[in-house]
Amino acid sequence: MTTALFKRSAPTRASRFPLFNPPPVDQVAIEERVANLAKRSIKKASKVAGLKLSISMMDLTTLEGKDTEGKVLQLCRKAVRPLDSDSDLPSCAAICVYPNFVRIAKDALGASGVKVASVATAFPSGQSPLEIKLDDVRRAVEFGADEIDMVIDRGAMLSGDYGKVFDEIAATKEACGPAHLKVILETGELGSYDVVRKASDLAIAAGGDFIKTSTGKVQPAATLGVTLVMLEAIRDHFYATGTRIGMKPAGGVRTAKQALQYLVVVKETLGDPWLTPDLFRFGASALLNDVLMQLEKERTGLYQASEDFSKD
Amino acid sequence: MEKKRTQVEEGAPASAASPGVKTGELAVRDVPSSTDVASARVRVNKAYKMYVGGAFVRSESGRYTQVHGNGAGADPETVNVPRGSRKDVRDAVLVAKNAADKWAARSAYNRGQILYRLAEVTESRTPELVESLVRAGSSPADAAREVAAAVDRTVFYAGFCDKISSLFSSHNPVSGPHFGFTIPNPMGVVGVVAPDAPSLLGLVSTILPIIATSNVVVATASETDPRTAIVWSECLATSDLPGGVVNILTGQAAELAPQLAKHREVMAFDGTFGPKATELRAELERLGADSVKRVKTRSNLSTGEWFDDRKGQGIAWVERYIESKTVWHPVGV
Repeated sequence: MTTALFKRSAPTRASRFPLFNPPPVDQVAIEERVANLAKRSIKKASKVAGLKLSISMMDLTTLEGKDTEGKVLQLCRKAVRPLDSDSDLPSCAAICVYPNFVRIAKDALGASGVKVASVATAFPSGQSPLEIKLDDVRRAVEFGADEIDMVIDRGAMLSGDYGKVFDEIAATKEACGPAHLKVILETGELGSYDVVRKASDLAIAAGGDFIKTSTGKVQPAATLGVTLVMLEAIRDHFYATGTRIGMKPAGGVRTAKQALQYLVVVKETLGDPWLTPDLFRFGASALLNDVLMQLEKERTGLYQASEDFSKD
Repeated sequence: MEKKRTQVEEGAPASAASPGVKTGELAVRDVPSSTDVASARVRVNKAYKMYVGGAFVRSESGRYTQVHGNGAGADPETVNVPRGSRKDVRDAVLVAKNAADKWAARSAYNRGQILYRLAEVTESRTPELVESLVRAGSSPADAAREVAAAVDRTVFYAGFCDKISSLFSSHNPVSGPHFGFTIPNPMGVVGVVAPDAPSLLGLVSTILPIIATSNVVVATASETDPRTAIVWSECLATSDLPGGVVNILTGQAAELAPQLAKHREVMAFDGTFGPKATELRAELERLGADSVKRVKTRSNLSTGEWFDDRKGQGIAWVERYIESKTVWHPVGV
């Protein structure tokens, strides 16, 4: 679909997308729709099922300058078995770290089935030469990353140089080799839903396996509104091509209640096929503990104290 | 929310259990009791709300309790006060928990300043507090005496803040080349059920020693006179006390207290009850056992005891909600 609109022979990169004009987004309707969906009350058995599903979709994340081997190891253990006292809970989908910790994480996770995702491409700003970004990606894959979370060049996106954005995503996809590519749009810097929609269509057309809202370093990060806009881009792509692209809201999803709201929006927009860790992920660090507290509350009937759950 | 409100016939009988309070229905607000013909202006009546996280909020349940006055004062005789729900309790506990670390990180001197400011603000609102107590049935003289005692008690705890560390710390004799220090630490969120009467002095006397020791509070106000607690929470809101340190809910203790007692995030519970609450008190202690919570329930003191500075305030109130941390430190380092 969108790729058919590119003019390969255009003299300048910027003019290669004269017809690239995704549908406009109705901001008011989007926000009203998510506000409505977020009102749905999910209780008891459905809540427990939803929360367990959300654990299995979680990319447990630590992306800090102060990360250490110890912290990453601790996080790996938590991803494999989120709660010591409950062996029935699913493992998280992946852990998400900087390239330096990929090997450590890979060794620690072993055959647990939990994947290792690594941010790359000069995360979080993406403001480095393409060669460096691609090198970043190749090394992360070499270290053993199963998934690469790249950032797009938001400056190019905002100045209309869609060709640059597209080419960088396509080049990164190539550099990924077997690894899955998640494309971070950093919606908090894109300014409007229309630009988010454009960036989503570009990222999908250029070969992204997942589109992801945010780095977590910029506020606002994931919101239900941008998530719905991105899900609609995924839906339109599916209708046009039959290909299923994944979605990952990241940053700002902190409570079990929010997680359930996201699942509702996914279900209502894309349906059950997307309610799997292969096509939907949460990028989060604080979310897991809140989900565990809610699950323990459902199990014991008692509201839990945050101190009773390991912080990392 | 609207659907839960029902209008009540004028002159409907008050609930037998709590004279002056009728539950679950919205009052008809019509004519002010003093129909002043000269004034054509429509009076702006206050919507009484609970105080949570530094904001005045309605109950998420949309429920109200009618509180009748004794005819004194210029407000309508009957007002609607939110009837807090179990979810209101849980929300307030989270808000308090989030405020706890910052409150504990303040210097004792600063906490003292803030409590002194609370005394100043309470003093300046004396007429409004007196009027509220009178509307709940106090005589004007008793009401004035109660507000004055509440202000004095606030000053007492303002002064206590920077003495707590000295009073409850110790340098322990140990066998070996170490120092052993013991230091008081706050517990965190403390649940409070304030006595029905005296509605102001009882609430103030219960809450202040708890926050003076750097804890944070979720309290339920007097059931028979919740209005006065709400007026006092307006003092809290204007006294530089950070939002969330004290949260005051209105509603029925029998409904709300068990939530406080069993919530694992609540570290201690302090409740003052009437003589008939024996079963409830036993239930609260049982519920608190799961999290090894410090649960203190007591029968309401007499009015004289609340006013008595040897009974209603002092070190026994302060030491109840501190944890002692002991640190060993090698000598000569």
